[in-house]
Amino acid sequence: MHTIYTDVLVIGGGLAGQRAAIGARRRGQEVIVLSLVPAKRSHSAAAQGGMQASLGNCLGGAGDNEDIHFADTVRGSDWGADQEVVRMFAHTAPKAIRELAAWGVPWNRVERGEREITVDGKKQTIREADAAHGLITSRNFGGTQKWRACYVSDGTGHAMLYTMSNQAIAAGIPVHERMEALALIHADGRCHGAIVRNLMSGELVAYVARATCIATGGFGRIYRVSTNAVINEGMGAAIALETGVAALGNMEAIQFHPTGIFPAGILVTEGCRGDGGLLLDGAEHRFMPDYEPEKKELASRDVVSRRMEEHIAAGHGAKTRFGEHLWLDIRLLGAAHIDTKLREVKEICQYFLGVDPVRELIPVRPAQHYSMGGVRTDHHGHSPQLRGLFAVGEAACWDMHGFNRLGGNSVAETVVAGMIVGEAIADFCESPEGALTLSTALVEDFGRREARHLATISDGHGDENAFDLIRRMQETMTAKVGIFRHAERLEEAVSSLQDLQRRSRNISLRSSAAGANPELVAAYRLQRMLKLAQCVAYGALQRTESRGAHYRADFPRRDDANWMRRTLAVWPDAKATLPNLGYEPLDIMRMEIPPGWRGYGARDYIENPQTALRQEQIEAVLATLEGADPETRQAALMPFKHLLPEHLRGPNQRLGEQS
Amino acid sequence: MTQIPVQQLGRTLQIEILRHNPRDPDSVPHLQTFEVEEADAMTLFIALNEIRETQDPSLQFDFVCRAGICGSCGMIINGRPGLACRTLTHQLPQRITLAPLPAFELIGDLSVNTGKWMRGMSERLETWVHRQDLEQSDLDSLEAPMEPQLAEQLYELERCIECGCCIAACGTAQMREDFVGAVGLNQITRFRLDPRDERSDAQFYELVGDETGVFGCMTLLGCEDMCPKDLPLATQIAFLRRRMVMAG
Ligand SMILES: Cc1cc2nc3c(=O)[nH]c(=O)nc-3n(C[C@H](O)[C@H](O)[C@H](O)COP(=O)(O)OP(=O)(O)OC[C@H]3O[C@@H](n4cnc5c(N)ncnc54)[C@H](O)[C@@H]3O)c2cc1C
Repeated sequence: MHTIYTDVLVIGGGLAGQRAAIGARRRGQEVIVLSLVPAKRSHSAAAQGGMQASLGNCLGGAGDNEDIHFADTVRGSDWGADQEVVRMFAHTAPKAIRELAAWGVPWNRVERGEREITVDGKKQTIREADAAHGLITSRNFGGTQKWRACYVSDGTGHAMLYTMSNQAIAAGIPVHERMEALALIHADGRCHGAIVRNLMSGELVAYVARATCIATGGFGRIYRVSTNAVINEGMGAAIALETGVAALGNMEAIQFHPTGIFPAGILVTEGCRGDGGLLLDGAEHRFMPDYEPEKKELASRDVVSRRMEEHIAAGHGAKTRFGEHLWLDIRLLGAAHIDTKLREVKEICQYFLGVDPVRELIPVRPAQHYSMGGVRTDHHGHSPQLRGLFAVGEAACWDMHGFNRLGGNSVAETVVAGMIVGEAIADFCESPEGALTLSTALVEDFGRREARHLATISDGHGDENAFDLIRRMQETMTAKVGIFRHAERLEEAVSSLQDLQRRSRNISLRSSAAGANPELVAAYRLQRMLKLAQCVAYGALQRTESRGAHYRADFPRRDDANWMRRTLAVWPDAKATLPNLGYEPLDIMRMEIPPGWRGYGARDYIENPQTALRQEQIEAVLATLEGADPETRQAALMPFKHLLPEHLRGPNQRLGEQS
Repeated sequence: MTQIPVQQLGRTLQIEILRHNPRDPDSVPHLQTFEVEEADAMTLFIALNEIRETQDPSLQFDFVCRAGICGSCGMIINGRPGLACRTLTHQLPQRITLAPLPAFELIGDLSVNTGKWMRGMSERLETWVHRQDLEQSDLDSLEAPMEPQLAEQLYELERCIECGCCIAACGTAQMREDFVGAVGLNQITRFRLDPRDERSDAQFYELVGDETGVFGCMTLLGCEDMCPKDLPLATQIAFLRRRMVMAG
């Protein structure tokens, strides 16, 4: 088998993969990036609304800092996140955005003087400071106390990904496009690269590397209605799971975005509501204030999506022959705003709905959007179970999002984590552990295994059709593992998925086309997607509480007494139809912010006795530090800087502060 | 009140596709017609997937975002280059002809290797901010300010999604393989406008000051007419040409 050797193999050419690749390359490592598609077409390009970083330049962001960003993210996660990771993230986000600004991203800037904004359905005039003129501006997003989402019109992800890709080209990093990793090569708890299939020729190639990094994005396509790109099938997470060694974290934590256009599920950004857009029901009544008087349309996504579905279930949806939906109203923002700050939204409405959002309402309904779960890693993106395997971006469960991600925190995570994990990969390669020590027999073995597996599918004589089974899987997930979950429906989903897994071994292909053969691709991806879907469904069935986006109608309260735990799924037996689930504790006694009310959503939750203890402890520590600066107080509660690479530890300068 | 547009139903679409699989030694380019029942709000993305799922699983095409953002699905639709994912069938006649974008390497059927072409263009034109101190940039201090209008102008040029429609629509690109096309020239104007990029006009001239660059354009305007993002390509090329005449 043709074998390619490199120091670092990055599987995935989105924002996360390319930033990690640049980091490792700058440290002198040889890096190859693999991607299913040209890197600039990765799904990161579709991010619209913004990237969170607490710059605090514009008036709505004034007074913002890492502490507030940290607190918003922890509350957003419904206390499911690793708080040390959230600290690392919030501290590094301003650096990440400043780096991207230097590299070429045309971030929208603050314009001095008066301007009109729309807040709570009304126009207001505000005045931006002279001193802020020309610095990076930001917009309001859900679940945040400050205007923190920095943006490039509503093509933020596009601008970021183009800049990132261009810098990767400048650094001479090869991207092997239309290449799909099919299996990780590993033995004795050490990962050595991947067996990869060329999606043009169908050939198998082995990539052998000291460090392998999964940056394959989300897996929304296990659902029927999703905002995700059609390539978001989670193959990176799936091949990690198929090692039987690496664990996936919190797979049941799936985000549904409030404003997928109806019925296609294409996203219109949260920026629409951040900039002042409203949600209306079938009677054109603004209903969110009735449910969420504090944050209204701008509560976190899990809360808004649930309220919307609740409202539809109560009979207030707009009825069409496709089903029911609600309306997003951005007419009040005016043509000038929509034409400059929401132009992708306008194009999407025009092309897919024939609607002009300047004059007309946009039909919307929540759609699957984001995978909080993924390959479980430590603080540096390293798999604790499989050495030499790293993961970064949406594919990872680094765990800064817990059970609900805030809008704008994902593209921010991709670059921040890329900066941190790229360094960790280089550290690993430079360490004795990073030496290449595998035998060529092992590589041949894995290669043969994949070739055999493909041949088994190609030669199959069963009576199942891959496309048909994919649709059934997606329908099962959307109908039974959606926003409102319930034991009965989840049990049905688990058993339907088991059945589909068995059936997926009886596929016969109708086509034997030379090259990659799209039908064969669908068939082998289906088998892997079913495993991911089962991790989601089975994990959701076992988690008998409601936390963030995981809502159990039969267990409607967050249960801190029993569920301060992260789900870990492993799949050691290839023939099994269920994963093995384990749990790792989230230690309240080490949290900087112990569990409490989020500031929106349900006020009712089951307390853990440790919460009060930790609260007392925190108060006692802070009492001894009265008058100390915020940094010292923070460090006394939960130190984190030591976890960051040294060059990322410095304080972030803000407007009006000395450098 | 606002309504989701509903078009006339009941059409049976005849979708004629130029097929060829270069991996198969027996394959010769030929047209094949598929019949598809038109559905509500049907796009070519939906129609092509339906054909693959129910009629011919070997059919090759590329979709990624299916929202008109990623630029994967450029193809020739009834003679004009365009993005298939956001083309609604009800805007087309009952008979629809689809062909791969010309000027790019054919992968199979409607799938072409735009990625390889675009990467080559990027490497050749060095489409990134050139700065001495990029690696040492100080990430702790306030970012350098930029005029808000300038940032918006840069984004205007940066909205290009490298779909390849302008290349398919370009007379020069059909004749000269090494022509960088509107996509390339637009990127040069974008980086030239960017004060963060330290390159001089003389350096840009080195990159595009000949027939493979700005002097290869025959101003047929196909690029601007066909650009799915409505970029002002012809204006940009004309402007760049004037600048390059002065620099050269
Ligand atoms: C419509 C939409 C809008 C969004 N808007 C925002 C926003 O405004 N703000 C925000 O913060 N977040 C937003 N998000 C979320 C955010 O865009 C993503 O979470 C993030 O970009 C993921 O980046 P990534 O680098 O992890 O993965 P991706 O960008 O998805 O890249 C994955 C890469 O992996 C490759 N790949 C996958 N499998 C394989 C394999 N087996 N072998 C080889 N390569 C493989 C792919 O080709 C691709 O290059 C949005 C998401 C969607 C769907």
